[in-house]
Amino acid sequence: MRLNLRTIWKMIRELSGDDAYERYLKNFHKLHAHDEQHACDTPLSKAEFFKQWQDEKWQGIKRCC
Amino acid sequence: MDKTLKAGLWVLIAIIGAAAVGGIAINRGENINALWFIVAALCIYSIAYRFYAAWIAATVLAVDSTRATPAERLDNGRDFIPTHKWIVFGHHFAAIAGPGPLVGPTLAAQFGYLPGTLWILFGAVLGGCVQDMVTLFLSTRRDAKSLGQMAKDELGPLGGTAALIATFSIMIILIAVLGLIVVNAMKHSPWATFTVSATIPIAMIVGIYMRYLRPGQVLEASALGVTLLLMSVVGGRFVAEHETLRLLFDHEGLMLAWSIMAYGLTAAILPVWLLLAPRDYLSTYMKIGTITLLAIAIIFIQPNIKMPALTQFIDGSGPVFGGKLFPFVFITIACGAISGFHSLISSGTTPKLLSNERDICMIGYGGMLLESFVAIMAMIAATVLDPGVYFAINSSAGAVGSIALDAVTKITAWGYPVTVEQMQSLATKMGETTLFARTGGAPSLAVGMASILGKAFGDHLLALWYHFAIMFEAIFILTTLDAGTRVGRFMLQDMLGNIWPKMAETSWTPSVILTSSMVVSGWGYFLYIGVIDPNGGVNILWPLFGIANQMLAAIALSIGTGILVKSGKLKYAGITALPLAWLVTITSTAAWQKITSPDIRIGFFSAANDLAEKLASGMLPPAKASIAPQLIFNLHLDAWITLFFVSLLWLIIIDMLRVCWRSITGKPVLPLTESNHIPSSLVDDWVRD
Repeated sequence: MRLNLRTIWKMIRELSGDDAYERYLKNFHKLHAHDEQHACDTPLSKAEFFKQWQDEKWQGIKRCC
Repeated sequence: MDKTLKAGLWVLIAIIGAAAVGGIAINRGENINALWFIVAALCIYSIAYRFYAAWIAATVLAVDSTRATPAERLDNGRDFIPTHKWIVFGHHFAAIAGPGPLVGPTLAAQFGYLPGTLWILFGAVLGGCVQDMVTLFLSTRRDAKSLGQMAKDELGPLGGTAALIATFSIMIILIAVLGLIVVNAMKHSPWATFTVSATIPIAMIVGIYMRYLRPGQVLEASALGVTLLLMSVVGGRFVAEHETLRLLFDHEGLMLAWSIMAYGLTAAILPVWLLLAPRDYLSTYMKIGTITLLAIAIIFIQPNIKMPALTQFIDGSGPVFGGKLFPFVFITIACGAISGFHSLISSGTTPKLLSNERDICMIGYGGMLLESFVAIMAMIAATVLDPGVYFAINSSAGAVGSIALDAVTKITAWGYPVTVEQMQSLATKMGETTLFARTGGAPSLAVGMASILGKAFGDHLLALWYHFAIMFEAIFILTTLDAGTRVGRFMLQDMLGNIWPKMAETSWTPSVILTSSMVVSGWGYFLYIGVIDPNGGVNILWPLFGIANQMLAAIALSIGTGILVKSGKLKYAGITALPLAWLVTITSTAAWQKITSPDIRIGFFSAANDLAEKLASGMLPPAKASIAPQLIFNLHLDAWITLFFVSLLWLIIIDMLRVCWRSITGKPVLPLTESNHIPSSLVDDWVRD
């Protein structure tokens, strides 16, 4: 039961985009882990990332009748 | 499970489903329980999903779970992200489900519960779901390309242009009709007007919270927003009962229409984070929450359906909108059975998240099944009302007269007894001054929902439930309105950019203001006419929207059929070609009748001529004579728009048939643009759990 609640909570966070920054960081570190050239790159701050994420999300047709 | 047991289970589902559908269809008594509708729907959906959808996925489309999807190949951690299938399902459903499946069934209930219900069930499993799923598949195989791009690449430039024009036209008509629905719900209702207006500053508070106060804390901000929304529903009562405050929010339709236009323009110019994005969050939560609540309430209280299976209005004389059962029930219920708009989400947006092709069936087909179920619930909410009450709310003053006593006499004479006292007491219970002639579907749906939710969760809260339901509809109608205006603005900027490249810069303020104003004037015009039209406007605009939406569905199905034939799957092309043939039949028939019918309640030209004659002979009262020239112009315009839609539709069909014919006879056609097979390297558990 506890596990189920945790899964549901995880899904709600993912659906709403609450954990988007955490996922971005994970992805960032994965992509940059084996790449020495990009070692100097630092990930975006949470506020900066969220700005870009939100603006991108609203390009094009996203809602229907 | 044992094989025989499994087979037995499916036979049982089939028998129960057949019994439920049969029960709904044959019943002619007064009482049939809403549970029958739910059972029929669930059985049909399960069988269709398990057998038809699975067969299409495996045999016709041949989905390949070893093939890397665009989300995997083009993964950029931003818009292309392989995502868990349930998350994709959630995003997809939230994107496709709007006010359409709630309004269409409510209006179509004037024919009785049966025609609409059967069309929602069978239209969805054979048409709408197939369209969504096939489009999702085709776009997934083409690097998540948009519908317009696929039309251009696979059929030719005509298809691409047609898709663009169709999308733009639907947007304009859709926004106008949705705006009109909100106006009708707020007209002279301080409570509703206050609650709906409050959603704007609430969305802004949420937007600022998410952007600056606690960046990225989406759930926190949303919880705050939802709480404020619920408070605004309660606060509305205070405003409505306050002597001076109520005057601030008590307005005529025209004033509200201008406000909505001003709002639309502002929303299209303001940055997304301030209004559009937070409003979308709130409307999504409200939508999913309320629909779940309604489903629970229906199952819990099992209301009886009071509307007969069929009414006399199948002959075309209906007060809600004119036109016979065939073809108008199929035009009125677009979303919920088959909606062309969905193909815009199924291509381009959803494929960017899909982690494995095998989930296409569940997301494409299953997502639409759920939307169809929402439409069934809307049908239940409309038909649990006393038919007399339903017609009193949904018939315009032009159809039954503007005096309450005239209206109830006329409706009672049709065989649906209703009294002025009954309507008055209902209005008082709902916290409104009147419920007569509140056309557009939203108020009658809200009364239906309030009575269902009231019975399940407390009858003394009826007025709160009613205004909650109005707020719930209005909030995502306004989301569609500002999202649609913005999309229209981008499309227009893109088009104008071909003439003057500077116009295409989405951040150049003069271009933004100019194109936004153009889009708003487009839908604002139809909204304005709809408000001043004594027949309510919805009866004109909604069929026009239905025709436009079905036209887009026809484009999507044409692309599907064309590609199936080009891929050498001619023998399976029927899965998209048959729904397409049906759509073309109903759309063309409806358009033909709208243009040529001598009945002034159906034909645009005959209505225009009738009005012109009355105006010339001085038969019109002064108030009506002053707006008659505008109404006549509008009727002509609507007729030409309809003609334009149907011509475009036939052009696409002929173009698709040309491509198919060339392909079958071995002549050269545009090559298939499917991307190459690259094996998937995603470890299943990593991404799927």
